[in-house]
Amino acid sequence: MSLNLDPNINDPDGFYDELIAAHQGLSKQDSDALNARLILVLANHIGSREVLRSALETAASREAVQKDR
Amino acid sequence: MVDVRYDIAFKLYPYESVAAQRAPAVRHPVVIVGGGPVGMATALDLGLKGTPVLVLDDHEGVGRGSRAICFAKRTLEICDRLGAGDAMVNKGVIWNVGKVFHGEDRVFEFNLQPEQGHKKPAFINLQQPYFEKYLVDEVRKAQANGAPIEIRGQNAVTALQTHDEYTVLDVDTPDGTYQVEADWLIACDGARSPIRSLLGLSFDGRVFEDNFLIADVKMTAAFPTERWFWFEPPFKGSGASALLHKQPDDIWRIDFQLGWEIDRAKELKEDNIRARVDAMLGEGAEYELEWTSIYTFQCRRMEKFRHGHVIFAGDSAHQVSPFGARGANSGIQDADNLAWKLDYVIKGLAPERLLDTYSEERVYGADENILNSTRATDFLTPKSETSQFFRNAVLELARDHAFARPMVNSGRLSIPCVYDGLSLNGPDQLDGLDRTRVGAPCVDAPLDSGFLLDRLTGQFTLLGINAEVPEISEVDGVKVATLLLSTDRHDPSAALKDRYLGDATSAIYLIRPDQHVAARWAAADKDEVISALRVGLGKGVQA
Repeated sequence: MSLNLDPNINDPDGFYDELIAAHQGLSKQDSDALNARLILVLANHIGSREVLRSALETAASREAVQKDR
Repeated sequence: MVDVRYDIAFKLYPYESVAAQRAPAVRHPVVIVGGGPVGMATALDLGLKGTPVLVLDDHEGVGRGSRAICFAKRTLEICDRLGAGDAMVNKGVIWNVGKVFHGEDRVFEFNLQPEQGHKKPAFINLQQPYFEKYLVDEVRKAQANGAPIEIRGQNAVTALQTHDEYTVLDVDTPDGTYQVEADWLIACDGARSPIRSLLGLSFDGRVFEDNFLIADVKMTAAFPTERWFWFEPPFKGSGASALLHKQPDDIWRIDFQLGWEIDRAKELKEDNIRARVDAMLGEGAEYELEWTSIYTFQCRRMEKFRHGHVIFAGDSAHQVSPFGARGANSGIQDADNLAWKLDYVIKGLAPERLLDTYSEERVYGADENILNSTRATDFLTPKSETSQFFRNAVLELARDHAFARPMVNSGRLSIPCVYDGLSLNGPDQLDGLDRTRVGAPCVDAPLDSGFLLDRLTGQFTLLGINAEVPEISEVDGVKVATLLLSTDRHDPSAALKDRYLGDATSAIYLIRPDQHVAARWAAADKDEVISALRVGLGKGVQA
C-alpha cells in the first residue's frame, strides 16, 4: 500500500476542529507532548514502514509545503 | 619495568622468567597480546585445536572491578564448546524479568522468558573477573592435556616491527626487554589498543558526551533478581537514568547517568557516591561499596580487522556503548569466528583470504552492534528538545498501551548477528525457517540425550535430519563430521523440527566450526556439499 494523499477524512472541518480543540488551553510544552503522543499513536495504526517513510518524506519536503500554499 | 595500571582480582599467571628472554628471538605461529576474555577465548580455542599459541599480558592476572557483567546465551554456548560454560552458569545470576520506570511510575515489565529447550539461559550476570578466571581455568586444564598454550604474565609489548609474513615484538618484563616473533599477531589489547597505536591505525566513530557512574555495592537486600531501569529517576542526584541489577556474591550493579559537565574527582568521592546510593536504596540501607568507576563511551570501529599478519579482535577492533551488553559478548563472537579460520590457514588447509572473511563478518557484526547501541543511547539521552518530547511520549504511552513498549529502548540485549549475504555463505535450498537460515548461528535444541550444540564440536559438520547425507569424511584435508538425527527418534520435544525443518520433512545442513550455518538443502549430492564446503573455507571467494 502506498501513502494516500487524496482526501480521505470524512468531515474534514470537523476533524480539524477536534484537533485544535485537543490543544485548547495547553501550554506550548503540553501541546508539543500531545503532538508527540498523537504522532506515535497514528504511526502505530499505519504500521507499514514504507507508508510511514513516505509520510515523513512528504511532511519534510519543502516542495510539498510550497505546493500546498 | 612494566607499568601496573590496575589491581589484580585473581593472580592467574604470575611473572616467570623464561629461557627465551636470554636467547635469540623465537618465532611463534600465533602470539596473542592481551589476556582478557577475547584473548583467552581465542587462545583456548586455538590450543584445543592443536595450534601453538603464546599469550602475552602486561599484568599477572585478571583486573579488579566487575566491568562487563551481562553475558548472553551465545557467549555461554561458545564458552560451552570451549569447556567453560557450566562454571559460568553455575556461578552466574540467571535473570529474565526487567522493569522499566519513568520517574515514580512503573512503565511496564518484560520477561525475556527464554524459549524452552536451550541448554544455556538467555542471560547471566557475572563479574568479568570470574568470566576471565573460568577461561584461564580451562586453559590450565587444556595445557595439562597437552594443548600447546603458553601464558606469560607481566610481558608488555612496547614496540613492533611488521614484515609481510611476520611481526617482531619488543617485550618488556621485570628482567628487561626481549624479542618475540609471530607469524600471526592477534591484538586483543582493548579499546586503547597499544598495538593499534603502534601501527598508526585509525579508530573512527562517535563520542557520546555523557558520564556514567557505576557503584557496585555489596548488600543483602530483598530486591528481586530483576533488571530495574529508571528514566528520569525520582531519587535525588541520580541523573537522567539509573539501573539496578544483581550479580553473584550479593553484589548489585548501580549505574547513574550523570551528564557531560561534571567534576569526575568530586563525583567519585565516597560521600558523594553514598549520597546517591542512599537516595536510591532509602536512608539507612546498609551496604559496602565494592567497586566504583565513572565511564564515558564511544561507538567506533577500525575500518578492517585484518592488517596483513596482524589481526584485531574485541574492543581493540570495535567499541560500543554498554547498553545492550554488546562489548564483551561481541568480542567472544570475534574469537569464535577467528580461531577456526586461523587454525585452518596455519595448517595449510585454507587460503589466507579466509582471514579476510573474519574481518568481513565481524565488521558486519560490529556495525549491527554499533547501530543498536547508538539507538539505545539516543533514546536514553535525547539530543534535542523534540527528541526529548518523543522519548517521553513513548514512555507515557507505554504505561497503558502495548504498542509503545517495543519502542522503549534501555539497551537492546546482545544477540548474535546473522551473516546474511556474505562471502562464505553457500546455497540456501531449503524452504525452511528464517532463524536457521544460511549465515545464522545454529539454534540449540534438546535431543533424546543432551543438546544439539553439544554435538557440533568445532569442525565442519554435515547434519542430516530425516535424511541420508553424502558420505564425506574430509574435503581437501579438512575433516567433516556427520550427524544424523531423526525427528522420530531424537526429537522428543519437537524442537528440532520446529527450529530446523518447519514445513519441510527432511533437511541437510552444513555447519561451520563456529556453529553458523554454511549451507542447507532439502537434498544434496556429494558434489554440492563439497562445493559449499570449499566456499565455506574461503576457496570460493574471489581474491
